[in-house]
Amino acid sequence: MSAADLRTSPAGDADDADGKDDATGKNDATGNDAVASGEAVKPRSHTYPDDAGASPPRWFSTRFFRSELWLIFGRRRNWVGLAILCAVPILVNVATKMSGPSGDGPEFFVNITHNGLFAALAALALELPLFLPIAVAAISADAIAGEANLGTLRYLLAVPAGRTRLLAVKFAAIVVFASAATLLVAVVGAVLGLILFGGGPMATFSGTPVSFGEGMWRVLLVCVYITVMLTALGAIGLFVSTLTEQPIGAAIAVLVIALGSEISDAIPQLSAIHRYLPTHYWLSFGDLLRNPIAIDRTVPGLLSALIYVAIFTSAAWARFGGRDVTS
Amino acid sequence: MTLAIASAGLTKRFRSGQVAVDRIDLAVPHGAVYGFLGPNGSGKTTTIRLLLGLIRPTAGTHQLLDAPMPAAARDVLPRIGALVEGPAFHPYLSGRDNLRRLDAADRTVSPTTTDRRIDAALDRVGLLAAAGKRYRIFSLGMRQRLALAAALLRPRDLLILDEPTNGLDPQGTREVRLLLTDLAAAGTTVVLSTHLLSEVEQVCTHVGVMHLGRLVAQGGLAELRAGGAPRIEVRTTRPDAAGTVLAGLGLTDVDTHTDTVTALLGGVSAEQVAPALVHADVPLSGLRVLAADLEEMFVRLTGEGFDVSG
Repeated sequence: MSAADLRTSPAGDADDADGKDDATGKNDATGNDAVASGEAVKPRSHTYPDDAGASPPRWFSTRFFRSELWLIFGRRRNWVGLAILCAVPILVNVATKMSGPSGDGPEFFVNITHNGLFAALAALALELPLFLPIAVAAISADAIAGEANLGTLRYLLAVPAGRTRLLAVKFAAIVVFASAATLLVAVVGAVLGLILFGGGPMATFSGTPVSFGEGMWRVLLVCVYITVMLTALGAIGLFVSTLTEQPIGAAIAVLVIALGSEISDAIPQLSAIHRYLPTHYWLSFGDLLRNPIAIDRTVPGLLSALIYVAIFTSAAWARFGGRDVTS
Repeated sequence: MTLAIASAGLTKRFRSGQVAVDRIDLAVPHGAVYGFLGPNGSGKTTTIRLLLGLIRPTAGTHQLLDAPMPAAARDVLPRIGALVEGPAFHPYLSGRDNLRRLDAADRTVSPTTTDRRIDAALDRVGLLAAAGKRYRIFSLGMRQRLALAAALLRPRDLLILDEPTNGLDPQGTREVRLLLTDLAAAGTTVVLSTHLLSEVEQVCTHVGVMHLGRLVAQGGLAELRAGGAPRIEVRTTRPDAAGTVLAGLGLTDVDTHTDTVTALLGGVSAEQVAPALVHADVPLSGLRVLAADLEEMFVRLTGEGFDVSG
């Protein structure tokens, strides 16, 4: 097989001892190669494995994505963050057990003693304004700015990881992290709540209770809704992350956007812009607990989030695709 | 002859207005070990970033391994190993996990060979024993070795290495030199950006010299040296007398030391010197022609100044 054959027919070479990605036509592993000058070269002390050469690019592989997840979920800092997220549902459950239900608290709290699933919802409601945004801001801001800050970005691009692919993988990992964080809070809250207060049919805000199984589905639906809301923030974070080489600065910027949106949403005089704010529909997840499910705010909420995702992932792509990487 | 790297008028002007790379026409032949020289700040690293597509040129084009960049980046970059502006890895991952991460980003390698290729690369740079440690605690030399291992994760046709021996101890420097010689012998084209002229003299076949963003000289090492001005060195106990004779013959830049005299030969042939010295009763214990010194050539091209190019 000649070098030219190798170049033109890369497929199916993986099991062929000669099938190396060797454009110069010299064989790396056998030590029989002759240099251009005609000198015989002694067998090489170091060789690559027989099938070390290129395999044809796979159209779809989750390997890089898995590597990204492992980078996020293997990092101690992120473990600490997730542990803090877990602390809230534990606190909610323990406090309710010790002091009993609060008579006039938010809706979820009143119901915890009737059904442990409400502990999950109460914990989510408490974490959604600040803790969950912090977690998503930290991860999304790290996406590009973190790699740029370490200098690993230039090596990833030289591999080449591909800029669009890198952004896609980073965004997918943000979505996975947002859902993992949400589910973690819900699962810890629900499991502990069910242990402490038991389950059974679930009261809904519109009165008619739903079965326990249906209640579980509703809680899962709430988690999906919150994940979508946080994904919108993650998309904003991904874009901010392409603007800077400072992950901390990017994270602060994302938090400022999230909290600024919440604050604006609380100012009645700004009601004209409320529905355009990224956090406006976040707490509407309570509508998913009505019977039947109320869609007058949840559907606009989902649409708003998807539009934010579309705008900011496109902006990130436009910005990062042509950016000079000088870090 | 086709070229492993060819650029035409490659230029990078940063937004600040600074022209970091100014209309350079690189020509790196296949199989060459190309010493890419230049003072700090002369534009070497910016050129490497341009070549790899990390930054976009303001003007000009270039080809890597006969493929147009950046259009063919996806196909051609996997065949290129690079070390750009020092090592950079995730500090909380081990050396091995960092390599695994880079390998995972490469669409064109088989994951079934990853562990073996990582072992082979680590072994080549002498880092196999320490690869399980976190990158955070690596010394500069170990970090440099890990970056080299990353460049060698798979067989490459072209290696672009930015100061690969920076921070290495003398043994490490020697190992890297042997490694590069070994790779070059197997047909890999190597571009070696460095400011260590001895390194260039020992391993390079071709040289390009950058100064203030311009490529001020480029060609075969021997060819460039031949273009330089040879000096003659006279070893004697009467250097002053020898110096007078040399000056009388029309040699310039006469440099007198305690027991040697050197001077630029200029148009004078070396054969004329010995008889003239003997005729003037200058005791002669040695006489040799010094080929143009690479360092001298470098200084001639890039100036004496110690200041970093601005």
